[in-house]
Amino acid sequence: MTAEHLDGNALAGPLAEIFAVDVTAATGRCASCGLAGPIASLHVYGPEPGLVARCSGCEEVVLRLVRGPGVAWLDLRGAVSLRVSLPDPPDLPDLPDLPDLPG
Amino acid sequence: MAIVSRGFHGRPRAGGDRLPPGQYLVDDFPVLSAGPTPRVPTDRWEFVIDTESGQTHRWSWQDLMALPSQTPTVDIHCVTRWSKLDTTWEGVSLDVLFEDVETAADYALVHSYGGYTTNLPLEELLDGKAWIAHRFDGEELAPVHGGPARLLVPHLYLWKSAKWVRGIRLLNEDWPGFWETAGYHNFGDPWLEQRYEDD
Ligand SMILES: [Zn+2]
Repeated sequence: MTAEHLDGNALAGPLAEIFAVDVTAATGRCASCGLAGPIASLHVYGPEPGLVARCSGCEEVVLRLVRGPGVAWLDLRGAVSLRVSLPDPPDLPDLPDLPDLPG
Repeated sequence: MAIVSRGFHGRPRAGGDRLPPGQYLVDDFPVLSAGPTPRVPTDRWEFVIDTESGQTHRWSWQDLMALPSQTPTVDIHCVTRWSKLDTTWEGVSLDVLFEDVETAADYALVHSYGGYTTNLPLEELLDGKAWIAHRFDGEELAPVHGGPARLLVPHLYLWKSAKWVRGIRLLNEDWPGFWETAGYHNFGDPWLEQRYEDD
């Protein structure tokens, strides 16, 4: 029997329309049970009427994405955070010298 | 290239005037899911109506089976554009379930085993427009189609006909449900093509 759901890699294309980074590689933390893991490990239902990505631990909804003509709705309320790996930010400009502080 | 092709108007579509705009006919019964299919044994199934004043009305599966049932034949329309004509169901009219429910609420939030919700004005559930359906096409309603029982509100897009229905909360204010909070239309009339929130 095939699984009822897809894995989170099914979100890569639809989320690439919205985000400049590959969000499936990001680490998401489930707002319901606290489990953290790659978005690619979520259990994904859909694609119609919308993509529903559920926590692999507790099956609560972590992310929903509905794509209509000319518009997308993204609901991330089931995710506490997304941790995205990025290169170091460009060097910050030097700060102006501050006056010596007493003490 | 002609902008309007001859015959575009007036050519009879399959389904004729029973097919809402933007829909096509299917013969099978597509399954769309937003989560794992709940498996609810009927000996643990219950249906509840909670009123805005805090009254709770409860029915066991046996209670439901003891109520008079109807056998509506209806056309159903999914927001993903498929329609199916002349589907045959058996279920209990919500008019029967609401007989002893005292309420002045305007809104209903339908909730399901598995956590799904959908909202609609209470009047859309009454006057012969909605059922708790437990048989389809002469057989017990299969779990993938919402069994043991689902709501059936065929005059609205099918996402309002909540599968695995567990109860109805009556509310003085509208409370958008699962798809209604994710871009889909709050009412969902297929004849007005109310698919997305701005339609
Ligand atoms: Zn979880």
